[in-house]
Order: sequence, then C-alpha cells, then structure tokens
Amino acid sequence: MVRYIAPLVVVILLIGFLVIGLTRGDPRALPSPFIGKPAPQFELPTLKDPEVRIGSTNLEGKFSLINVWATWCAGCRQEHGFLLDLAAENNIPIYGINWRDTRPKALQWIAQLGDPYVASGYDETGRVGIDWGVYGAPESFLVSGDGIVLHKHLGPLSRETWEQDFLPLIEGGGASR
Amino acid sequence: MKRWLIILVAALSVAPAAAIDTGKAFDDPELQARYEKLISEVRCLKCQNQSIKDSNVFLAADLRREIRRLIAEGKTDPEIVDFLVTRYGEFALYRPRTSGKTLILWIAPFLLVLFGGFALYRVVRHRMSLPIDDAGSEGGTE
Repeated sequence: MVRYIAPLVVVILLIGFLVIGLTRGDPRALPSPFIGKPAPQFELPTLKDPEVRIGSTNLEGKFSLINVWATWCAGCRQEHGFLLDLAAENNIPIYGINWRDTRPKALQWIAQLGDPYVASGYDETGRVGIDWGVYGAPESFLVSGDGIVLHKHLGPLSRETWEQDFLPLIEGGGASR
Repeated sequence: MKRWLIILVAALSVAPAAAIDTGKAFDDPELQARYEKLISEVRCLKCQNQSIKDSNVFLAADLRREIRRLIAEGKTDPEIVDFLVTRYGEFALYRPRTSGKTLILWIAPFLLVLFGGFALYRVVRHRMSLPIDDAGSEGGTE
C-alpha cells in the first residue's frame, strides 16, 4: 500500500509547488529587504531648483509616499492620474524621486501632466535609487513618521492597490500627524 | 563548408561588439579579477536571468559603477556583497550565502541525492533477494 501512496504524495506535493509558483503573481516582484526597517537616508537636489535639497529629514513625523518615477517609464504615465487624485485628496504627502532621467524632460512631464509631488528629488546618476533597492520604475514606498518602510509597491499605483495595500497600514498606524 | 566558415567568422566577430564594459576597470590585475568575479555573481534585477556583467541595462551599469567605487574605496568582497544584499535582498546573488534563510538551497541537492540513493539501495536489495527465475524473468511477483 505504501508503495502506491508514497509516489502519489510526492506528485501532489509537486503539483502544489507548481500551483504556487504559477499563481503567485508577478515573478519579477521581489520582496523588499527594507520592509519593517528604517528607510535609507537620502538627500537630493530638487527637480525644480537644483539649489534646494530634499531628503530624509523632510519625511519626519508623518506618513509619506515615496514614488520613484521617470519620463521613460510607461507605468509612470499610467499611474500619474491616480497620483494627481491622491495629491488632491490631501491625505498623504507624495515625494518623488526622479530616477535616471534628464531635468528638462522631467520638468516638461510635470508641466504637461500635472505635479502630484510635494517635491521631487533629482537622482540623475541612480545612486539614491540603488540605496533604496530600486530596480524598475515605478516603485512606491510607504514610509511611517518615524522613518520605517511599511510597504513597497512595484509597478503602477491605482486606487485599488492603494485601498488594498496602503490604506490599512496607514489607518492601523494611528494618528499620522 | 565555406559558407559555414563565413557564418562562423561573422558570429565570432559579433561577440566583442556586444560585450559590455570591455575597458578595464582597474590597472591592478588583482583588483580587476575581484571586480570581474563580483560582477559575474550579481544578478541584474531588471533582467533577472543575466548577471550585471552580461547586461547593458542601465541598472546593471549603475551597479557595476557602485562595485567599482566600493573596490576603489578598499571595501572587502563580503562588505560589497553586504552592500548589495541590504538593498536588493539575497536574490541579487547568484551564489547565495549560507545562512538560515538560504540553507535549504544548499542542502537540498545533497538531501535529494541521499534520498535517491536510499531508494535505489532499497530497490536493488529487494531485487537481489528475489529468486532467480529464468522462465518468468519478466516481472516476478512484484
């Protein structure tokens, strides 16, 4: 009897693994090692004014959304409308990291499509992107007031992912300001 | 024959053109060797089946630049690997480090070989204990 059951168990296990592997969604989405850990320190010149700098100190004391974007990134265009809506609702400040882009193009993008960001840091060389473990724009990080990364979303944001993955974390975190 | 030769030569001549960062990163051969080894063992996160040595995606170029910088700053290989893992996770390494999390990756092959060997041993031993029966050697009583 065992000699029939054992192979069956092995096959069922194997099927189980395959089902998990095939249905677990985007295989490119990697877990960020920053979740639950302090957000990487950064400081960048802003997109609009190279003399002004934004960085980790700007994020202190409130939930913020860090959005890594670039004009060459199709997903960024896709999520832009939602980011504008989110900014208009005034629930959370959105900080941009303009990643591996050129300033004129990025400024034009914001002028044409609207600017949802409190400010965007201009990461021309991709140094800050690497510090944040960014590997494909758009990427969005939810950072708590004490500087802990609560969530990372890979790919375009939408109302649905926002309500499902971000809002519960913000509401669960108590008063944000 | 001649045609094949031409194709072969053409194919070979493409390789250097497609190579990335052909220039030397370091004059010191020892540093250069470390650099080449490191970049061939780091996964390009954007193009996940290539190492950053093989990819010309800008992210791979950025990571090569960071690794060059860290080597130039005198960082050791484990420190550089640490730099990558804290940012991108263990997945960035083609040769994961032995740690609690990745232990299963390292021991699974040996466990499978052990398991297979044990199964083989059982089968062979069982077969050896069967009476030799030339007439009905097809199946026995299994």
